[in-house]
Amino acid sequence: MEHNTYIYLAIAVVALTTYLVRVLPLTLIRKEIKNPFIRSFLYYVPYVTLAVMTFPAIIYATDSIWSGIAALVVGVLVAWFSGNLFMVALSACAVVFIVEMLIL
Amino acid sequence: MNRKQFARGLRTGIPISLGYLAVSFTMGITAKNAGLTAFQATLTSLLVNASAGQYAAFTMMAANSGFLELAIMEAVTNARYILMSCALSQKLPSTAKLWQRMTIGFNVNDEIFGMAIAEPDKLNPYYYFGMMAIAMPGWALGTFLGTSVGNILPASAVSALSVGLYGMFLAVIIPASKKSKIILGVVIVSMAASFAMEVIPVFAAIASGTRTILLTVVIASAAAILFPVKEEEKEEAEHGA
Repeated sequence: MEHNTYIYLAIAVVALTTYLVRVLPLTLIRKEIKNPFIRSFLYYVPYVTLAVMTFPAIIYATDSIWSGIAALVVGVLVAWFSGNLFMVALSACAVVFIVEMLIL
Repeated sequence: MNRKQFARGLRTGIPISLGYLAVSFTMGITAKNAGLTAFQATLTSLLVNASAGQYAAFTMMAANSGFLELAIMEAVTNARYILMSCALSQKLPSTAKLWQRMTIGFNVNDEIFGMAIAEPDKLNPYYYFGMMAIAMPGWALGTFLGTSVGNILPASAVSALSVGLYGMFLAVIIPASKKSKIILGVVIVSMAASFAMEVIPVFAAIASGTRTILLTVVIASAAAILFPVKEEEKEEAEHGA
């Protein structure tokens, strides 16, 4: 197979698989789920998923582990006291920039 | 009303879009190294909208992997979206139309999901569309820039921007933890377990997407058994989030 043909077919396969994974639950589950276990499970899912994805990934995301740790600490503090999405993201970015300017 | 919700979605989407721009920039560099053109890489980003999934796909394309392998890999790396889509299906009003569900299904991912689930009441599809409308171009544009102009941003800026997305995750889970001790406990256990899996060699060998699914299923199940959610509690915590 020609390389470009392979790439385009591969992109199609990847796009289709990903779409099915996302769209099937959204379209097939139309009614409100009554089962208390499943309801509770789905209620906790986002908090677990987001927590797992944030830590420890955040401390390895930057050029230095220290700026990553600083971003985590500042992010948690700003989120705890202000809770504003944009503020949290911005202050985490800013502290990385500042810490790296100081230590790198 | 719908128009207002769409505009609100656009506003919420701005930091998401900026964060994507930085992340997909590095994604573009990965695609280039895998032998994709800027057009192919941008097309992938437009159609797939998944960081771990695309990263895995590009590496496999570079190795000329078979289509079945690619499909299985995508299903696994993106399996956490099954859980997110299930949660979103409950967050949408039952009146949400099929085309609306199918449009949302095009871009269920960590960040937009996080914002959608933080809505105090039911999720208005137009709010979601607004977030998609600004986040998706950011993701595609970043990929395009990454493949076409390489290292245009100074390294210090890329490094700083790369924590933006995590900051947004924190903005979802931390205020909810402040409101509910149970969520606080769940968040702490989740982070500790995630850290343990990162450092214990047997688990570290598992791809990070798979680890996320594993931990999500185990911890959320345990929490659901130990602390089943009563309706009043749920509403209270969600209003805080």
